[in-house]
Amino acid sequence: MKAPANAIKRRSGSINGHTLLMLITIVLFILLYAGGCIAYADKNFTRVQTFLNILRSSAGLICVTCGMTCVMLTGGIDISVGSLIALDCMILAMGMGDWGFSAVVSMVLVLVLGIAFGLFQGFCVGYLQIQPFIVTMAGMFFARGMTAVISTDQLSITAESSQWFYDLANYRIYLPFGGYLNKAGKMVMPYIGWGVVVSFAVLIVIFLVLRYTRFGRSLYAVGGNEQSAAMMGLNVKKTKMLAYVLASFLCSIGGICYAMNTMSANVNQATGLEMDAISSCVIGGTLLTGGVGNVLGSLFGVLINGTISSIVQTNGKLASSWPNILTAILLCFFIVLQSVFAILKDRKK
Amino acid sequence: MNTLRKATRQQLFLPIVCVILVLAVNMVYDAARGAGIFNFFHIYIQNDLLQGRLINILNRGSEVAILAIGMTLVVSASSGTDISVGSVMSLCASFCCMLIAGFGVSSVESADQFAMPIVVGLIGALVMGVFCGTFNGSLVAYLGIQPMVATLILWSAARAIGLLLCNNLIVYIRVPEFGIYGGYIGCVPTPIIIAAACVLVVSLVLKKTAMGLYIQSVGINKKASRIAGLNSRKIIFICYLLCGLCAGIAGIVASSRITSADSNNIGLNMELDAILAVALGGNSLGGGKFNLAGSIIGAYTIQAITTTMYNLGVSTEVTPVFKAVIVILIVAIQAPPVKAWFKKHSAAKAAKKEVARV
Amino acid sequence: MENNIVLTARGICMTFPGVKALDNVDFTLRKGEIHALMGENGAGKSTLIKCLTGINDFEAGEIRVDGVDGPVKNRSTLDAQRVGISTVYQEVNLCPNLSVAENLYIGREPMTAFRTINRRAMFKRADELVKRLDIHVDVTQNLENYSLAIQQMIAIARAVDMNCKVLILDEPTSSLDDGEVEKLFTMMRNLKEQGVGIVFVTHFLEQVYAVCDRITVLRNGTLVGEYPIADLPRLELVSAMMGKDFDDLVDIRPEGYNDRTFDQPEIEARGMSHRGTIKPFDLDIRKGEVVGLTGLLGSGRSELARVIYGADKNQTGTLKVAGKEVKINQPIDAMNLGMGLLPDDRKAEGIIGDLSVRENIILAMQAKRGMFRLIPRAKQEEIADHYIQLLQIKTASRETPIKQLSGGNQQKAILGRWLATDPDFLILDEPTRGIDVGTKTEIQKLIIKLAQEGKSILFISSEIEEMIRTCNRMAVLRDGAKVGELDGELTQERVMKAIAGGSKE
Repeated sequence: MKAPANAIKRRSGSINGHTLLMLITIVLFILLYAGGCIAYADKNFTRVQTFLNILRSSAGLICVTCGMTCVMLTGGIDISVGSLIALDCMILAMGMGDWGFSAVVSMVLVLVLGIAFGLFQGFCVGYLQIQPFIVTMAGMFFARGMTAVISTDQLSITAESSQWFYDLANYRIYLPFGGYLNKAGKMVMPYIGWGVVVSFAVLIVIFLVLRYTRFGRSLYAVGGNEQSAAMMGLNVKKTKMLAYVLASFLCSIGGICYAMNTMSANVNQATGLEMDAISSCVIGGTLLTGGVGNVLGSLFGVLINGTISSIVQTNGKLASSWPNILTAILLCFFIVLQSVFAILKDRKK
Repeated sequence: MNTLRKATRQQLFLPIVCVILVLAVNMVYDAARGAGIFNFFHIYIQNDLLQGRLINILNRGSEVAILAIGMTLVVSASSGTDISVGSVMSLCASFCCMLIAGFGVSSVESADQFAMPIVVGLIGALVMGVFCGTFNGSLVAYLGIQPMVATLILWSAARAIGLLLCNNLIVYIRVPEFGIYGGYIGCVPTPIIIAAACVLVVSLVLKKTAMGLYIQSVGINKKASRIAGLNSRKIIFICYLLCGLCAGIAGIVASSRITSADSNNIGLNMELDAILAVALGGNSLGGGKFNLAGSIIGAYTIQAITTTMYNLGVSTEVTPVFKAVIVILIVAIQAPPVKAWFKKHSAAKAAKKEVARV
Repeated sequence: MENNIVLTARGICMTFPGVKALDNVDFTLRKGEIHALMGENGAGKSTLIKCLTGINDFEAGEIRVDGVDGPVKNRSTLDAQRVGISTVYQEVNLCPNLSVAENLYIGREPMTAFRTINRRAMFKRADELVKRLDIHVDVTQNLENYSLAIQQMIAIARAVDMNCKVLILDEPTSSLDDGEVEKLFTMMRNLKEQGVGIVFVTHFLEQVYAVCDRITVLRNGTLVGEYPIADLPRLELVSAMMGKDFDDLVDIRPEGYNDRTFDQPEIEARGMSHRGTIKPFDLDIRKGEVVGLTGLLGSGRSELARVIYGADKNQTGTLKVAGKEVKINQPIDAMNLGMGLLPDDRKAEGIIGDLSVRENIILAMQAKRGMFRLIPRAKQEEIADHYIQLLQIKTASRETPIKQLSGGNQQKAILGRWLATDPDFLILDEPTRGIDVGTKTEIQKLIIKLAQEGKSILFISSEIEEMIRTCNRMAVLRDGAKVGELDGELTQERVMKAIAGGSKE
């Protein structure tokens, strides 16, 4: 019975940097949300619907962040996602509008585009060994430019273009709890949209993939030590490429959720969304150097971002650039924290 | 054949080829329009000001050229790029205008409305640039964070901070004294003079001090440089600081050009142009040896591409597509697997020739 | 194939550009033996291992493995693993961020019916495996939570579980402490019982005699011989590794060189150390003296020098330079005190590859002057030309990138870099490695000349003969500690005995 005792000792001592980062994130979210509840109790911040609205508006971001987590696990980064979403929305709007496609065809088109886009970026990173940042930065400008090629107008997706999509986007799934009585004395139940359902499905699938499949574990292995992964017989190049394909594909799913939320398309849509996704991952405990992180942490990262925007919105007086700045400060804090942990770990050796 | 191969190895080969290509497109375009083929080079004085497409390119390309100076140093020393330059430019511009106009003031029409003299604003912008450079430099050099990740923070935050400083307004300073930095001195566009001055100062510094040697040494072999007595961290730090300063100067020019601080649009996508300029100039994005002249030529080449596209009727929102394609092409050519493939291919070809000869 | 032989290599030849790395080398490994592969640096040990594991493509000869018909030609480490040859390197090739079990089974995890990883089965199998090998770990924990020794053992366990017949351990003990080494040895003996053939590469003589059954010695890419451990005592092993065929060059010491007396202290180190590389040591070097550092590779020779120079941080003890106590935080501090270090790894720490010979030569001098006092171009050229001529550096021009020069000429250029700074104390770490005999003598003469000019020199070399020729005194290192000094008449035999240790001098 020597081994179990040993194991227990190990476990208690294993609250290491990564777990600590994640704990900080969760505590931060709770504090932020509680702070919001206290400060804006008079502005309905305590209602369940407020929280669900955060989820509703972040549905697209959750999908994108799941993909981003996969890429960052390999030690890479993908800053093309914001532009890709703009392109997706544009294709959806134009597809169902001027081009006269059905909603389903437009959506398939968007998903195929995501895969193709990811294949190219992944090829450049995995097989040509170009720095991910450069590749995806080019991808970012390319996608944004292509959006402008399609149209530079402000388009909206209306009931005329596709009744089915319109209904889908506005469908409310009511929850059986958490309602409140409105002024007329009627019980109003909180609701979510299909976007939230899709994003949570994506989240669960990616969580399982990362934990229970060879591909998922390969992502961790490649990020942990690329050379070792190759020595142990993993196909590093292919794994990396697939990570980018997955990221762009999930980004396209996110694009559809995003479109359902905004029902519009324009060239400047979702600018800076890559930033939100990256900061969500980093805040959620994904290491920029790769190998550590999971989508649950990233979810909390998204929620923190969402809560910040929600608080700023509810306040109503704060400038619209505050969420951006706060996110950047948080990102900076976590990046520095990560690097300090890394330096400390090095020193211990 | 041999001379051709030698030529392609020259560092300035790539930018010069690009320049020639752009010129060719321009000439064909002019010819097709019925104007003279050398219309491109036609410089004339109109309303006492220098005019012409070449002057226009030199003028408009000043910001990119200034940024390219800083970017070249950063790329050389740290093997990474500073992607925050565009945003920092915007922040510096906003800070400058905010200082001059006073917080919350959206429009200044004459000099007596100034909250502070213009000089304070200009110095403020430069200080802000240096400050941003210090921030990036500390993260990269002393905390060992990958350059692109470290600069990502300001990339997203700087523009937002700028907006905040301007109280979410576009601050207009419609005063000639302010407009001069983006306008004309005599008949020459000021941005050209400023860019030339920056290039001159930096080349002088590189020529008269050992900075160039230090930066390249650190970029090529950090460990060996340390053993030889160089402080690698400090050198990388200084490069980021200078890059920030360059962004500050570029910010002043950009803001003076439109006599306002438009946080959302100043320096937009400029980081791509600056990186592209460095790559086009024949400098490896992997760091090490650099050629400032190459980067400057690269910068103006990019502006020439942009202007040409504009003349061809391509909208400004679409031009990034072409730039993105060019970036990928250039970087792909430099990529190790591609290089190895070419080497193998040419070796195989040579071997075949040898066999044929025997 | 004899029944108890698991691996034979016959007549292996391999050339790198300009060097014959392996020349007709034979190697035989039997079932259930621990076989030490010994040789000095560049003797061809790692090349041979790389041939066995498919990283290098050998030109002639054949390798046969028990259980495979005909010669084996491995194209990759995966091929090698398939025929039962596994390698564990000094740098553990595992992923620290994955659990122990995953590191054992990645790429071949037990799967469920839904094509997902059966984590429970994986943990169970992993637990059984580590228990069988007597490693006490929790397989669900991340690998990074365990010490390097345990990680090393997990790497071995992975190899064992992949059904390996031949286990190659390439310097596995370099970064382990004594207790950890003992644990590793227990495991090796354990595997030996189970019939695995183990190839053990190490620089530590003690360890060879602690676990090995047989020794194969290589020198300069050729086979010296294969001996049962009992037939090759320590001293013989050292001389077999180093060779006895010394080049009889004339005595290069000029008249009166030996009669000089040294009284002015230049360097006085007291209890300096750097954790993990060199244990606390004392060392005195006086003005005009050439002190040699001898010991096998990995005994801490370079590390000692690096601590004095400040390339690695001194963590304990003090240093006096010319009688004054000093604090050195980084190399430039040492340089300002008149030191210079010619590092042993020319490529990684010496040359700045893309820069010209001129720039490489003036670099240290420029660093000493500071960034703003650029040496004028004409002066730079003069200095460069001076050293190119003085050291007879063969280069197309002073503007040729240094990476295009041959190794010896690169080395001379770096030497020129330090001479240009006019140091009082110069550390030369393997200045003659990979250099032809003529040049070696030149460098030796130069060392003597510098000493006569009153400069102090710390000289590190793997070639004893060349140290005997130049040094006034020698310090001996073994296993990361300074174990003694040799004074007076220096002879080959005395030095070798000191290096080998164990037996009394």
